[in-house]
Amino acid sequence: MDILNAIVVLLNFVIIPATAYGAQLALGALGVTLIYGILRFSNFAHGDTMAFGTMIVILCTWGLQAAGVTLGPLPTALLALPVGIALTALLLMGTDRAVYRFYRRQKAKPVVYVIASLGVMFIMNGIVRFIIGVDDQRFDDGERFLISVRRFRDLTGLEEGLGIRTSQAITVVVALIAMVALFWFLNRTRTGKSMRAFSDNEDLALLSGINPERVVMITWLIVAALATTAGTLYGLDKAFKPFTYFQLLLPIFAAAIVGGLGNPVGAILGGFLIAFSEVGVTYAFRKVVGYLGPEGWEPAGMMQLLSTDYKFAVSFTILLIVLLFRPTGIMKGKTI
Amino acid sequence: MIEVRDLHKHFGGFHAVDGASLRIETGSITGLIGPNGAGKTTLFNVIAGMLAPTQGQVFMDGEDITGLAPHRLFAKGLLRTFQIAHEFHSMTCRENLMMVPPGQSGESLWNTWFGRKRIADEDRALRAKADEVLEFLTISHLADHPAGMISGGQKKLLELGRTMMVDAKIVFLDEVGAGVNRTLLKTIGDAIVRLNRERGYTFCVIEHDMDFIGRLCDPVIVMSEGRVLAQGTIDQIKANEQVIEAYLGTGLKNKAKLEGIGA
Repeated sequence: MDILNAIVVLLNFVIIPATAYGAQLALGALGVTLIYGILRFSNFAHGDTMAFGTMIVILCTWGLQAAGVTLGPLPTALLALPVGIALTALLLMGTDRAVYRFYRRQKAKPVVYVIASLGVMFIMNGIVRFIIGVDDQRFDDGERFLISVRRFRDLTGLEEGLGIRTSQAITVVVALIAMVALFWFLNRTRTGKSMRAFSDNEDLALLSGINPERVVMITWLIVAALATTAGTLYGLDKAFKPFTYFQLLLPIFAAAIVGGLGNPVGAILGGFLIAFSEVGVTYAFRKVVGYLGPEGWEPAGMMQLLSTDYKFAVSFTILLIVLLFRPTGIMKGKTI
Repeated sequence: MIEVRDLHKHFGGFHAVDGASLRIETGSITGLIGPNGAGKTTLFNVIAGMLAPTQGQVFMDGEDITGLAPHRLFAKGLLRTFQIAHEFHSMTCRENLMMVPPGQSGESLWNTWFGRKRIADEDRALRAKADEVLEFLTISHLADHPAGMISGGQKKLLELGRTMMVDAKIVFLDEVGAGVNRTLLKTIGDAIVRLNRERGYTFCVIEHDMDFIGRLCDPVIVMSEGRVLAQGTIDQIKANEQVIEAYLGTGLKNKAKLEGIGA
C-alpha cells in the first residue's frame, strides 16, 4: 500500500486536469445559460463564438510576440484577451442587430431562434476557418510549468511526480476571477439586477424601468467576455483547432442543462460534474489501484472504463439521464 | 385621458376585441366589467403595448400611443398590473419595488464602475421609498422575503405597490381583487382611493366583485363580445336590460337580478 503515491497519481492525471477542464466548461456553460435565461434560446453558435474570440486572441498574441511584447512567465495571450473580448462583443452585438433583433420584434418562438443560431454557427464557423485555417494552432508561451514532474519528485522523494502546468493554474485563477466578477455583477449592480429581473419575468420587466434592448446588449457583452475567456483558456491548456471548439458544444450544453438552464450556479456545478465524469471514466486507473493494493497485486488490465475516443459519450449519457429524470437540472433551472 | 377608438384585436378568426371605443377621464376611477371572455384583458394588453392591435387607435392626452412598446408607455406614466400577479420571484419584495423607477444611473455600465457614489445615493433614496410603500400597503414585514414566496393576495398588493414607486398618470388594474380575501380587498380599495385623491392617479379597474366596483368606480363601462355595451354609474348599469342579458342570457334575465352575479 502506498497511499501517497496513489494520491499523487490521481491528482496528476485526474483531479488537476479535470479541474482545469471543468473551469473551462463552466465558463462556456455560463455563457450558454445566460443567453438561455435572458434571451430565452439555446445558442448553438456558442462553440464557434468561443472559436472566434480565441482566434482574435491568437492573432493578437502573434502580433505582440512579433513586436517583442511578452508577459514574462505568463502567456502573452492574457494581454491579448481584452482585445479578443472587445472584438467578439462587437461581433455578437452585430449579429444581434442583424439577426436576433428581427425575431425578437416578431416575438418569435424559441425554436426559431435556435434554428437562426444554427445558421449563425455555420457562418461563424466559416469565418474562423477562412481566417485562421482548420489546423492546430499553438499560442502558449512563457513558463510551461508551475511545478514540473521531475522537480516535484526531487523535492518530495516520491516515486510519482506531480506536474502543474501554468495554463492549468491560470485557467483556475482566471475562471475564479471571472465567476466572482459575474456574480458580483448579477447580484450587486443595478444592471445585473435588471438582467435577473428580465430572466425572472420578461413581461413585468418590460413594465418596469428596464430598457430591454440595453439588457440584451449587456448580456451579449458578458457572453462575449465569458466565451472568449473560456476559449482562450482551453486553447492555452490544450490547443486551438476550430473543429474542437465546435465539438465542445456538447459538453458545454450538457453542463448547462445538468446544472439547470438559466441558473449560473448550476452552470458552474455542471461544468465540473461533466469534466470530472469525462476524465474519470476515460482514465486508466491501473497505477492508482496498483499503489493502493498490496505489493505485487497490480492489476493486469488498464482499469479504464471507456477509451478516450468515446469521451463525448460521457456528456451525452449524462445529458440523457438528466433530461429523462430531472429535466430542470440540479439547481432547478427552467424546463426545456 | 385615455381614448380608445374603434379597437380591434383578432387572433386568427377569433375577434377578442371587436370595435371597442371608450374614454377614461383623467382623475376618474373607471370600472371595466363584463362576462368572462368579453375581451377586457385583451383590451388592457393592447392599450399597455403588450399586443399590437389589428385595427384602431389608442390616444393618451391626445397623443397617439398605439403600438408603443410597454417600456415607452411606462415612461409616459401608463402602468398596468396583471390578472395573475407577476413578480420577480428570485428577488425580495423590497428589490422588486426598487426595480420599478426608470432611468436609474446604475443602469449604465459606465456608472457601475465610475459612478458608485451617485448609485449609492440613488439606492438609498429608492430603498426609503420602497419601505414607505411597503408600510402603506401594510406588508413591511415582507420586505426581505423573496417575492416568489409570498401569498397570492400579498402579490396583488405588491403589484399595486409597484405603481406607487413612480409618478403614474394612469394605472390599469387587472382583477386586482381576484383570490384576495375581504379584509385585504378593503385595504386594496382604500389604497386605490387614497392614491386617486392624494396623488391624482387615474385608475381603470377590471373586477368581477360588484360591491368593490360599486364602492370605488364611477363611471362603469360594460364590455361584451369585444365591444362596449354600456357606460354609466353603477346604478344605471345594474338597471340596464342589455347588461343583464349579456351576463345571464335572455332566458334567465327576467328571473335574476344583477346584484346576485358578481359576488
